[in-house]
Amino acid sequence: MTGQVFRNGAGGRIDRTVPLSFTFDGKNYQGFQGDTLASALLANGVRVVGRSFKYHRPRGILGAGFEEPNALVQLGDGARTEPNTQATRVELFDGLTATSQNRWPSLQFDISAINGLFHRLLPAGFYYKTFMAPANLWMTYEKIIRRAAGMGRAPTQMDPDIYARRFAHCNVLVIGGGPAGVSAALAAGQSGARVILAEDNPQLSVSETELADMDNVTVLTRTMAAAYYDHNTLILSERIADHKPAPAPFETRQRMWKVRAQQVVLATGALERPLVFPNNDRPGVMLASAAQCYAADFAVRAGNQAVVFTNNDSAYGAARDMKAAGIDIAAIIDTRPEISDSTRELATNTKVLTGHAIIDVASGRGGATRGVTLKAIHPDTGAPKGSPIDIACDVVAMSGGWNPTIHLFSQSKGKIKYDGARAAFVPGQSFQQERSIGAANGTFDHEACIIEGHNAGAAAARDVGFDAPDARTSPSGIPPAAQPLWSAPTGAKRFVDFQNDVTADDIGLAYREGYQSVEHLKRYTTLGMGTDQGRTSNVNGLAIMADHRRLDIPEVGTTTFRPPFSPITLGGIAGWHTGQNFEATRQSAMSAWHEAQGATFSNAGLWRRPEYYPRTGMTPAEAVHHEARHVREKVGVVDVSTLGKIDVQGRDALEFLSRVYINNLTKLPVGKCRYGVMLREDGFVFDDGTITRLAEMRFLVTTTTTHAGPVMTHLEYLAQVQWPELDVHLLSVSEDWAGIAIAGPNSRTLLSQLFQDVDFANEAFPFMGYRETNAGGVPVRLFRISFSGEHAYELNVPADYGLNFWTALLETGADLDVIPYGTEAMNILRIEKGHVTGAELNGRVTADDLGFAGMMSKLKPFVGQVLARRDALTAKGRRQLVGLVPADGETPIPAGAQILADPDAPPPEFTPAAILGEVTSNCYSPALGHPIGLGLVEDGSDRHGDTLYAHSPITSETVAITLTNPVFVDPAGGRLHG
Amino acid sequence: MSRYSIFSLARNALTGHRNWPKAWRSPNPKPAYDVIIIGGGGHGLATAYYLAKNHGVTNIAVLEKGWLGGGNTGRNTTIVRSNYALPGNTLFYEHSLKLWEGLSQDLNFNVMFSQRGVINLAHSDGQRDAYKRRGNVMRINGIDAEYLDRDEVADMVPLLDTSPDARYPVKGGLLQPRAGTARHDAVAWGYARSADSYGVDIIQNCEVTGIDIENGRAVGVQTTRGAIKAAKIGTAVAGHTGHLGAMAGLRLPFETHVLQAMVSEPLKPCLDMVVTSGVAHAYISQSDKGELVFGGDLDFYPTYAQRGNFPRIEEVVETMLTMFPTFSRVRLMRSWGGVIDMTMDGSPIICKTPIDGFYIDGGWCYGGFKATPGSGWVFAHTIANDQPHELNERFTLKRFETGAVIDERGAGATAHAH
Repeated sequence: MTGQVFRNGAGGRIDRTVPLSFTFDGKNYQGFQGDTLASALLANGVRVVGRSFKYHRPRGILGAGFEEPNALVQLGDGARTEPNTQATRVELFDGLTATSQNRWPSLQFDISAINGLFHRLLPAGFYYKTFMAPANLWMTYEKIIRRAAGMGRAPTQMDPDIYARRFAHCNVLVIGGGPAGVSAALAAGQSGARVILAEDNPQLSVSETELADMDNVTVLTRTMAAAYYDHNTLILSERIADHKPAPAPFETRQRMWKVRAQQVVLATGALERPLVFPNNDRPGVMLASAAQCYAADFAVRAGNQAVVFTNNDSAYGAARDMKAAGIDIAAIIDTRPEISDSTRELATNTKVLTGHAIIDVASGRGGATRGVTLKAIHPDTGAPKGSPIDIACDVVAMSGGWNPTIHLFSQSKGKIKYDGARAAFVPGQSFQQERSIGAANGTFDHEACIIEGHNAGAAAARDVGFDAPDARTSPSGIPPAAQPLWSAPTGAKRFVDFQNDVTADDIGLAYREGYQSVEHLKRYTTLGMGTDQGRTSNVNGLAIMADHRRLDIPEVGTTTFRPPFSPITLGGIAGWHTGQNFEATRQSAMSAWHEAQGATFSNAGLWRRPEYYPRTGMTPAEAVHHEARHVREKVGVVDVSTLGKIDVQGRDALEFLSRVYINNLTKLPVGKCRYGVMLREDGFVFDDGTITRLAEMRFLVTTTTTHAGPVMTHLEYLAQVQWPELDVHLLSVSEDWAGIAIAGPNSRTLLSQLFQDVDFANEAFPFMGYRETNAGGVPVRLFRISFSGEHAYELNVPADYGLNFWTALLETGADLDVIPYGTEAMNILRIEKGHVTGAELNGRVTADDLGFAGMMSKLKPFVGQVLARRDALTAKGRRQLVGLVPADGETPIPAGAQILADPDAPPPEFTPAAILGEVTSNCYSPALGHPIGLGLVEDGSDRHGDTLYAHSPITSETVAITLTNPVFVDPAGGRLHG
Repeated sequence: MSRYSIFSLARNALTGHRNWPKAWRSPNPKPAYDVIIIGGGGHGLATAYYLAKNHGVTNIAVLEKGWLGGGNTGRNTTIVRSNYALPGNTLFYEHSLKLWEGLSQDLNFNVMFSQRGVINLAHSDGQRDAYKRRGNVMRINGIDAEYLDRDEVADMVPLLDTSPDARYPVKGGLLQPRAGTARHDAVAWGYARSADSYGVDIIQNCEVTGIDIENGRAVGVQTTRGAIKAAKIGTAVAGHTGHLGAMAGLRLPFETHVLQAMVSEPLKPCLDMVVTSGVAHAYISQSDKGELVFGGDLDFYPTYAQRGNFPRIEEVVETMLTMFPTFSRVRLMRSWGGVIDMTMDGSPIICKTPIDGFYIDGGWCYGGFKATPGSGWVFAHTIANDQPHELNERFTLKRFETGAVIDERGAGATAHAH
């Protein structure tokens, strides 16, 4: 079956030897290699391709490229489905499926077209004026509105395709592979400059073998320049596999290029403007340039009989090409009272009606165009006069003049200006190292474009030091004479924004109601807010507003063009960096071992940490309690590799750390550790950890896992910016050393067996002592420090040996009944000991709040010291760290509970509820045999023994609690020191 | 003010909508007013409205350098919520939310406040507890909050990746059912129309170039449309508060940063809630038009440029797709930036200043939109009575001196950290 009744037997850039099958709305059609979906649909005589957003009017193909507002389809199905795809930019492939959008149950019969009947009730912004009563019904109204809105459907399956990113640098980046762009790339390339030329189409519009032969020129086709950012950074979106049914295995679907260019040449062309006249949205009404493109490039007749409607000369060329393709040109309707002889010559043997305008478009079956009605118009006012003339046609090819594609120029922060002769906005002053050329610059003459391109490419190369060819002289460019007619006489709906159903009357309403600024107009009427970003509506819309306001167009201004130029996939932006690759996963040297033991994991920053090791016959909670109890009774080992570690060296290392920590460190000898706290500049606690003096001028400091990065940044800032005079050098060594804590009464025996050359006697290696040894040549650092409150050590070995030492500890300690424990048990042990961590170090506590006041040295200045003296940080009533136990000795303390004296107090109006504090940590204590917790409570240090309530309405729990000393286990510290 | 309703729509339909009056007048500035509000965004217009409505002050000019609502009112992601944990914030934002709940009727302008719920996702036990802690503060203060487990989150947000082997598995989330979104432009227009009906002069394209101070007292402003006198002057100019303060000789504790936001192409309904991630900073919802609306962190360099750069967009999209992987083939339609004044604790400043008769309302950081009604309400009170309302008495400039900061994130005195 050859249903391509509108396809000519010869001509065009299609390959008739490769027929392709595709479906639209489930119906089978044929096209050829080289077609777009739009050209293939037209070849098959498909006129109606979608329904409009608001009135659900039938719509046909308006354009042939980026400008298309109507022909948006749901491409493909299943996991590869893609909503809102412009049919004019989809390359046809065999087996392509496409479905129309925004209609139900079918394109031909759409229930919501009933909106058209009520259109009088639905002017621009109608929703701001209604749906307000009764107030509680808005959510119901909204549900209906939401269902009616939207366009295509989001995929609900995982995207099977892969996306890539690439960085590139070049001397000259040329955007646009038309005559001007190719000419610019050629001139720049000839100079030896590194050039990238990006073109959205599958091929350059001029075949240029010389360009392809240049090693210093990269030509990217199927590549759209999406955005122009600071420092001449442009984002290009390359479609590698979208012209195929699916990417080949492991083939990238789209690649996003981030290009830093020394010079940019914008040769982005121009887009034709529609004319605004009654029923100008009927399927069959299209841009003259589109009808011309379909005829010339695809050998497709947009219809059998066309009326060309124009206000400028360019449509005469379109008429000539359409006629050559076999379309009967019933008439050219020109709004201008007179045209030049040369223009008239272009239309020999064609009826030309000057000084006329279309005042209505009649529709036939399915809403498609079947004729137009014209009238003569007054040369000055544009008012229709005389008797109407009917002309039968199935195509109206319209041209309202041309808009240079200045989007990227505007994104670059270049200043645009209005050019009255061209009746268009054109690039003005550049802001970055950029040149706009060709039609993008308002130059519409072919020969002039090539020369302008050559000169710009050469100049760009010269500006960055290349020896480029000389400039050529351009013929004096004469803009096509356009007499703008922004909106034809009133009548039925005259659409300005096709996608969002904004009419000339809507703009009139916005004007009358005072939404007169361009931005108000846009936001009130939704003009230009669609996926086409107002490419066909923007200038017409603001011209109509200017007319209402009796201002010139430049006085009304224009809206900001925002990136991306045309929508780009989110997958393409994210590249590989999603899912598991969203952020790097940091594993300790022992991770695989934990995994093999069946440990569950939690995330701490980028790290994964084992929570506990399951035990047969035990619930998770029992296993955790077993681990904690075992550490207190025997010995356990825990992976603490994730702690931040910073090597601090230099003659002034001690001075530096003295200024950073609140502690007095001057008496810290080599071979000793100290617990340290640092404040932020604002006097609140920043982080805690240990400081170990490895040598006279060398310290190792540890940080919490989550603050490792921020602390390092903080220290670097202080060293580099605040105290550059100090001789101190910082190196993050968190990942160089694996860390293992060995805790419990048997820890000393265990380590003695493993490191027989180290004297572990209390006097030789006391609490807060530090020793170095080596095992088989591997350096080992031993710290006698304890997070659990037990007799304990931490061991650091180079990360590569972490697993060896981990397993050696477990094997050596088998007789001592050593077990591994995870973060859950570690958390219980530290709560039992009253040690603080994340929830207590919440960024709002002072050292005093946590009971560290005594550590604050009065003998030296340190970061945060001054601001820590502020009233609000020292006043009574601050929340202080306390221990919590349930008053009944058994009810668990709810996590995240607030602490109050009266949980039944009614909610307040303006004065905050009397909340005294909050539960920061909670657990069941195996050592004590009952639940415990830590909290921050107003004047908590003075309230030990008081009973308050841990109130958690969100979990419907309220528990009476007694405040205690936060150190539950071994408050005297005998276990640590023994 | 001609009332809007389905009946007035029908009546005007009969005359082809030719008789709708202007939503607000465009008067020329008078030589003097009782109060000048600098900034014709949501906050400034709301302040004028509540000054008129609650305090009977109607001789007011609102001066806007560009077009109404052209700053952050028209550039945000439209999220409205009151899920704050610290005294000072909790009840202020709740009061604002209550005003939102009746705002369309109060203004007779549909601001489309849509209470579709906001979920903050928890990805760790620590976050879970922190959200419960916050939810409990809300509940105790009479604000709705629920803690959802993973399955409940999955039911409400079916396209969210809640699988246990996700990079950051979802453990649950804090839901505020009464929170949601609103139509941002409509808020500015609604307040403008109602303020205008009380006789407030809304003057667009009128940039303030100087503040006149005599004997320690603000007495008027210099503008591009001439000098205007006033007994009291309030500013509500978002990212330019520091700039305005400098005109009055005040050095204010703000840093101005650019925050980007973006929308996808319109889609049929696929996301009912506002969802925010607790891992990387990202928030996402779907507008009534069908666009996915989302944003994340600042660009992290101080600037007055209302445009950002691409690295932040990449990061936000990466986060968004990690949360909602099936949106991979959906396209980004538009992105934009707004400049916001970041304070040293992430909370706003609404107070008198050392200059008599000069008041500031600023420092909204990421979250000014939701505060619009509440901000206007308390700022109007502060200007009318020359003293703060109980709801904003903690939002002072002084708090940085005393240390009584309101730091929800606990991030400290680094403006961009909030």
